[in-house]
Amino acid sequence: MIITCPHCGPRDLAEFTYQGDATLSRPEPASTDQEAWNAYVYDRANPAGEHREYWQHAGGCRKFLVVTRNTLTHAISGVEFAPATGSSRRKRS
Amino acid sequence: MTSHRISTGGRIDRDKPVAFTFDGKRYSGFEGDTLASALLASGVRLFGRSFKYHRPRGLLAAGYEEPNALVTVTTDGAREPNIRATELEIHDGLVAESQNRFPSLAYDLMAVNGLAGKVFSAGFYYKTFMGPVIGPLKGTRFWMFCETFIRRAAGLGAAGTTPDPSRYERMNAFCDVLVVGSGPSGLEAARKAAADGKRVILCETAASFGGTANWSGKDGEMFADTVLSGLKSEPNVQLLNRTTVWGYYDGNTLAALERVTDHVGRPRAGKPRHRHWVIRAGHVVIATGALERGFVFPGNDRPGVMLADSAQRFACEYGALPGRRMVVFANNDSAYQAAARLRERGAEIVAIVDVRPTVGDWAQSLAAEAGAETIPAHAVTGTSGGKSLTGVTIRGFDAETGNLSGSKRRIACDTLLVSGGWSPVLHLASQAGAKPVWSDKLHAFLPPESDGAWEAVGSAAGEGIEPPEPVFEIAATGGKAFVDFQHDVTADDVRLAHREGFQSVEHLKRYTTLGMATDQGKTANVPGMAIMAAALGKPIPEVGTTRFRPPFTGASLGALAAERYGDLRPERLTPMHDQHVAAGANMYAAGLWFRPESYNRPGETVEEAYVREARNVRRNVGIVDVSTLGKIDIQGPDAGEFLNRVYTNNFGSLPVNKARYGLMLREDGFALDDGTTWRLSEDRFLMTTTTANAGRVMQHMEFYLECVWPDLRVNLTSVTDQWAGAAVSGPKSRDVLAACVKLTKVDNDTLPFMGIVHGKIAGAPVMICRLSFSGERAYEVYCGAHHGPHVWDALMNAGASHDIQPYGLEALGTLRIEKGHVTGAEIDGRTTARDLHLDWMLSKKKPFIGSAMMDREGLTDPRRWTLVGVISLSGEKLRGGSHIVDGPAEKPGRSLGHITAMCYSPLYGKYIGLALVENGVARIGTRGFATDPARSKTHIPVEFVNHVFYDPKGGRMHG
Repeated sequence: MIITCPHCGPRDLAEFTYQGDATLSRPEPASTDQEAWNAYVYDRANPAGEHREYWQHAGGCRKFLVVTRNTLTHAISGVEFAPATGSSRRKRS
Repeated sequence: MTSHRISTGGRIDRDKPVAFTFDGKRYSGFEGDTLASALLASGVRLFGRSFKYHRPRGLLAAGYEEPNALVTVTTDGAREPNIRATELEIHDGLVAESQNRFPSLAYDLMAVNGLAGKVFSAGFYYKTFMGPVIGPLKGTRFWMFCETFIRRAAGLGAAGTTPDPSRYERMNAFCDVLVVGSGPSGLEAARKAAADGKRVILCETAASFGGTANWSGKDGEMFADTVLSGLKSEPNVQLLNRTTVWGYYDGNTLAALERVTDHVGRPRAGKPRHRHWVIRAGHVVIATGALERGFVFPGNDRPGVMLADSAQRFACEYGALPGRRMVVFANNDSAYQAAARLRERGAEIVAIVDVRPTVGDWAQSLAAEAGAETIPAHAVTGTSGGKSLTGVTIRGFDAETGNLSGSKRRIACDTLLVSGGWSPVLHLASQAGAKPVWSDKLHAFLPPESDGAWEAVGSAAGEGIEPPEPVFEIAATGGKAFVDFQHDVTADDVRLAHREGFQSVEHLKRYTTLGMATDQGKTANVPGMAIMAAALGKPIPEVGTTRFRPPFTGASLGALAAERYGDLRPERLTPMHDQHVAAGANMYAAGLWFRPESYNRPGETVEEAYVREARNVRRNVGIVDVSTLGKIDIQGPDAGEFLNRVYTNNFGSLPVNKARYGLMLREDGFALDDGTTWRLSEDRFLMTTTTANAGRVMQHMEFYLECVWPDLRVNLTSVTDQWAGAAVSGPKSRDVLAACVKLTKVDNDTLPFMGIVHGKIAGAPVMICRLSFSGERAYEVYCGAHHGPHVWDALMNAGASHDIQPYGLEALGTLRIEKGHVTGAEIDGRTTARDLHLDWMLSKKKPFIGSAMMDREGLTDPRRWTLVGVISLSGEKLRGGSHIVDGPAEKPGRSLGHITAMCYSPLYGKYIGLALVENGVARIGTRGFATDPARSKTHIPVEFVNHVFYDPKGGRMHG
């Protein structure tokens, strides 16, 4: 499998490490809502089809990427830097 | 035995004889021979015994599809079993043996298994050995009793146990077009792609390129030679022979195995035996050809029954005539070509038995060329002969109904050539995710429409295949009719599975083991499915086809491991490695790192050495290399805030030039890692992690900075390799530092517990933090990695008058066990801070990673496994991993936990350990047992004590 890192270009899967489901958003640090924490830590949709996942280019630029991957065909339809995806709250430009 | 060698033709070199041994007997062949062709030319018919029934078996095929002729090759004492004789190229000194026979191939005592055919039918293992015990000869326990005998009687070759001396390597390759198979279609595809300026890799599983062109006639051979010489001169074309593409993975990544030196025996220095290729291809051309099928009829496995095209290949490519008097049994025209070619090469073709009522003109003319009597509307119903074919029986046959009629006729022959149609080799297309489609014209599965990443060409796509009459089985009586030769699956087994309710082809496969042998049913799948379809009364495509999975043919584990094993494996050495080796250390592999286990003096055991080293730390002073600890430089205005969120305890308030012990949890509330972190300035920290978790902790923190808290202004840099570290521990440690550290004082006021100073040792800048893993007064001295050996030597010199001794991992472990400090053995992913008595580190003033989840009901249960100390009461040595139980050896009861670490404690003069034990704190002061029934078979009485054995108040390290 080849992932096209927006920084480094097309690279082999061996350079990347899977880092989990990118569709989740973490509750606020001080939140005591157990339901929300349980959902964040344990609940996974496991869709058959398009899925958004974190991959780190650990053997390259070390950036975290959000990869849109079809879990049935493994076809990759999008790769973006993680903070640029909306789950980000980056304030700096 | 008479020679079956043809005097001219073929790709063997008759000027280069090769001597080899098979089953202890010497034979000779020629360069270019396979073991199969050389033995065949020497008149050998019997190659092996079958899997369950130990029936004599000969060659069915000439290539990788061969199910019977598996041999074991021994090189320099290393055994490699289950190698196909049809692919094994002979070389001087080759030693091969047949398999699954006792005591010898010709006289196999296990052949009595054949008489017990009913017993070994489909599902025998499930019916007899699975499930509850009902009666004495049933159930899982009965299996455990029988397993040894059955494994000896039924099976393939035995694997060797000696280390493999060979070297293997891995290669990454990229190309625009990968062509798999170098027959005429593959060569043409490669030629076209090369002409378009594409980067091409062409893989051929056999020794010589050309595929069928090597045995199907002069025209083909000339075409192949011309195209090949053209390809060889192309700079963008890489030709790989002896290379099997065995796996097709996502994104057009393919795996191939190149057999680099198997054909010359002992590899030359520097050459690998096999090379594992990972090929990323823009486009894949599958030109893998098609495989001939046989028929299912009684006695179809007798040595002398061979696929027609394979016989042609032996005669034409290798100059080895499979027999002298041949009968052909066919349902299609391709066998007539084989008959004519074999006649030309010197065989007598007695008759061509064809299931079709009429035979076309082209076939008629080929039959005439072969000088054979054509017998249409007939089928072979049986074979005779013992370990070698002497004749066949035929009867009238109606291909429409499958009915036999008329009287039996016997024809004497030594070879029966069978041709029951062709199956395109679509394994790679199937692996690529394609579902094969059934062709009603070719009676075979064809590759479907491609998604564009690959294409199938030539006979792999069904082009040029002679359409057969759809006859798969001749339902005659009189003996076993085999579908899968390698796993001894008969037509009756398939029908029995159907009667017992198996409908899906995937279930059929698993129940009967059809197609699950090392050949993955290359010659068996389609006939097996046809018989199942007939039993179900459904057309074949409705029964389905099985998905093919990698590997296409076996890939050596050595090649897959490649440089991860042996002399090419990477090693991580600390800057002081040479000092340790010079001091006599046993170096111990911890992950990729090499660390001193202990510094044995002459005559000392490891235990004596570490006890001496640990005792010296408590009495005088010791020094240990801690360079392997993970080190992360954390910088930025929000570094303190970031650490507050990452660690369970507070770091924002840590003063500059102070260190603090920190604990991290995972999001789910379990402990992740621990270590000390030093504040070097307002916006800069140096974090240390455990050696094993260095990468993981880095990744963990990077995730939060990038994906969760991108607003925090913090940068992380791994500096594990930039700093060399040495811990100086013991009551005299301060004296050692005082003797060599310049530019700073090291007294208790300047450098209190957890304080940090900067200075120089022997001219090299150092950073010293006073912290203790051993429980003694101790200091960690860090310097730039290149100064490491220099500073180490200076510390050793300064310590000489204080009896300094280096200590290794064993002594380090002993000291920390006595002190009750935890490591990765206790922070094992299943323990919480409370389990490890680290709840004092859980801040209540701030949220941190894991704080929301750590107080869940199950994680605060007092009955959880908690950390305790154990002391061996019998004086026996405890074993790490031993289970803690309540009862004596006869009646131990259930496991209550396990020992995580053990040592001989110089302090107690006893074996002690740390353990995670159910309801551990409540057990302190009570007794139990540490049991290790599988390894050391010890059952040792222990007393449970507080996990801190030594100086619980910490006066020694604070003083």
